[in-house]
Amino acid sequence: MKKAKRKPGERHLDKNFGGAHTGIKMQLSGNKNGSEILPASLVDLRRGDEAVLSEIDLPVEDARRLMEFGFLPGARVVAGQSAPGGDPQVFQVDGAEIAVRRETARRLKIHHKGRVRRKA
Amino acid sequence: MSECTDCAGCGTSAVAAFPPDAAVKTVAVIGPPNSGKTTLFNRLTGLRQKVANYPGVTVEQHTGIAELAGGQSVELIDLPGVYSLSPHSEDEQVAYDVLTGRRQDTAKPEAILLVLDSTNLSRHLMLAAPILALGLPTLIILNMADDLRNRGGTLDTKALSRELGAPVALVSARQGEGIEQVREFLAGAMALPMPRSLPVLHDVPKCREWAGMVGSQADYRAPIAPKWTRRLDRVVLHPLAGPLIFAFVVIAVFQSIFSYVTPLMDGVKWLFEVSGNWIAITLPPSPLRSLLVDGVWKGVGSVIVFLPQVLLLFLFIGILEDSGYLARAALIADRTMARFGLQGKSFIPLLSAYACAVPAIMSTRTIENKRDRTATILIAPFMTCAARFPVYTLIIAAFLPNRQLLGFLSVRTVAMIGLYALGFVMAVLTARILKSSILKSGRTPFLLEMPAYRWPTLQSLGLRLFDRSKVFLRRAGTVILLVTVLLWVAAHVPYTHGHPPAIRDSLAGTLGRTIEPVIKPLGFDWKIGIGLITSFAARETIIATMGAIYGMDHPDSTSMDLQSALRHDLTPGAAVALLIFFAFAMQCVSTVAVVRRETGGWKWPLAQFAYMSALAYGGAFLAAHLLRYL
Repeated sequence: MKKAKRKPGERHLDKNFGGAHTGIKMQLSGNKNGSEILPASLVDLRRGDEAVLSEIDLPVEDARRLMEFGFLPGARVVAGQSAPGGDPQVFQVDGAEIAVRRETARRLKIHHKGRVRRKA
Repeated sequence: MSECTDCAGCGTSAVAAFPPDAAVKTVAVIGPPNSGKTTLFNRLTGLRQKVANYPGVTVEQHTGIAELAGGQSVELIDLPGVYSLSPHSEDEQVAYDVLTGRRQDTAKPEAILLVLDSTNLSRHLMLAAPILALGLPTLIILNMADDLRNRGGTLDTKALSRELGAPVALVSARQGEGIEQVREFLAGAMALPMPRSLPVLHDVPKCREWAGMVGSQADYRAPIAPKWTRRLDRVVLHPLAGPLIFAFVVIAVFQSIFSYVTPLMDGVKWLFEVSGNWIAITLPPSPLRSLLVDGVWKGVGSVIVFLPQVLLLFLFIGILEDSGYLARAALIADRTMARFGLQGKSFIPLLSAYACAVPAIMSTRTIENKRDRTATILIAPFMTCAARFPVYTLIIAAFLPNRQLLGFLSVRTVAMIGLYALGFVMAVLTARILKSSILKSGRTPFLLEMPAYRWPTLQSLGLRLFDRSKVFLRRAGTVILLVTVLLWVAAHVPYTHGHPPAIRDSLAGTLGRTIEPVIKPLGFDWKIGIGLITSFAARETIIATMGAIYGMDHPDSTSMDLQSALRHDLTPGAAVALLIFFAFAMQCVSTVAVVRRETGGWKWPLAQFAYMSALAYGGAFLAAHLLRYL
């Protein structure tokens, strides 16, 4: 199992990539030619997408809580239904369905090199 | 078929830690949320603690006695669900403290029943590590065996038992399957657990890895995903259809409450009229007859008439809770809640406040953040509880015709939904104010596990209704009866020339007329005043009071036509004012008491009482004046 690695610059990076940028990223990641921009966190997944969790960018206590729910680095996560408006979203992880708010999902990073499997 | 394997055969376990006849006295039932601990507890003890299909229903420990074969008995402690033994919230703290013997009021358990959901075993096994490390005799119960089987999951309980060094039982607490093995464990010699290995306890990834390893040693094959749950969720959580379904459910509930229960209510009413007449004829004219017929029968009877409606409401709530729909409703509502500074976890206490604020306030213990929890406690009494419901029904039925709007919606349904919405809106507005001022807090991640849908069982629904009737009738037979008798006495003193006074001049009337100047601006007379005073004991007491007052006012009429009496005394504007007063006021002694207990002082309940009373008065005042010419 892979260990959670915290890259020092990443939190900072994420802040610059707030709200509006997410939308653009999502669009591009749906486009086969835009493969250089890969989804970075769970919010970038669309329903049916599957990814491998790389890191939880949250304070220790909160991260622990998420891990107890199955959001462990290395875990396979599938994006599921969401509430109307897309927030919170349900993720299938470790045999259960857990609803997570966007603000939290943004902190759950997925492997850049890990392939995101789109549902046909 | 399920099977039990004790450790006698595997050779790794220590021999019985207790001699067989030194019966173990206390056994704790622990496990992750929504794994069916309370269902099992109820099975074993014959008790009926509340159960529903969403996480966090049990928030404090309950104890009960399980009778075993041969006259033995064991005290079981049902604990709130935990994901780990590092407590995050109040309810988890309760579970942790009981297990480690840190609670004064509960004995330290001598053995443990660890209840895990067998359909999600790999993750739930994580909890086995810290529990086994406690070193108490433990039975691992894999619950929901029926679900596991139906969805094609399998495992080798013998191998699992070998890995964990503790007996394992595959059961279905809901169906009663395999419960005998649990009884055998409780009755028999218990061995200390001897797991083959344990992970580093505070390292979650290590624990998960260990759980996965144990699961694969036991040939655990996870069941396929619940197909129907996925399908239903696709509809229920659809961006368009979802909210529409939600609205449809709400409208259907109220509509049927107004339309289909009337014959039943008329039946109950008829029973009280007939029996009241019979008493009136049988007994000679005396103060006792007056107390019975005019006081008790007309007073308490006018409340009991609402029993069928309240039961229908609880039948619907029961179906929603047991099926698992409530967790979806919490999900849909989360964004709205977030906008007002609340988190999704506040939604479930607020929903249960529709039944009664007291258990709702207790269920706020699942909220980890202290300030979020206080805010939820403070707004919970705004939700329309079951005690307000008969008051609303009475006034709405008295003042609104049963006309149809748009061909399918009755005016009364609309008014009722409006009142429910009014309470909700005031709750979230109050939350907004609190969260942006004195109860500001950082956000903790909102996580909610979506349970698989299940068919509500007839038995569980029946039990709910039975328990609900008991609660309703107990209130009618205690608080409301007592208030009615006191009221009757107050309405019959002082005696002048051997005759009771007219109500207006009695003690009760004097009290009512004393507060009349205060409530006059709201359009209420002294009779309503008496009702308002008594309603602070419990809201629905106002119905009993009005029933008794009008009964004593017109001793000749035996009919309990409260509706026409109210129409006579209240203008439509004042009726609206009265509804608004009831929507906002905190007229409930039990709620004040539970807020004091849960917040640990008088500060919050007093502030809350003052705020809600001011709001009630202000709202009623506005309504009365805006609608004066109606």
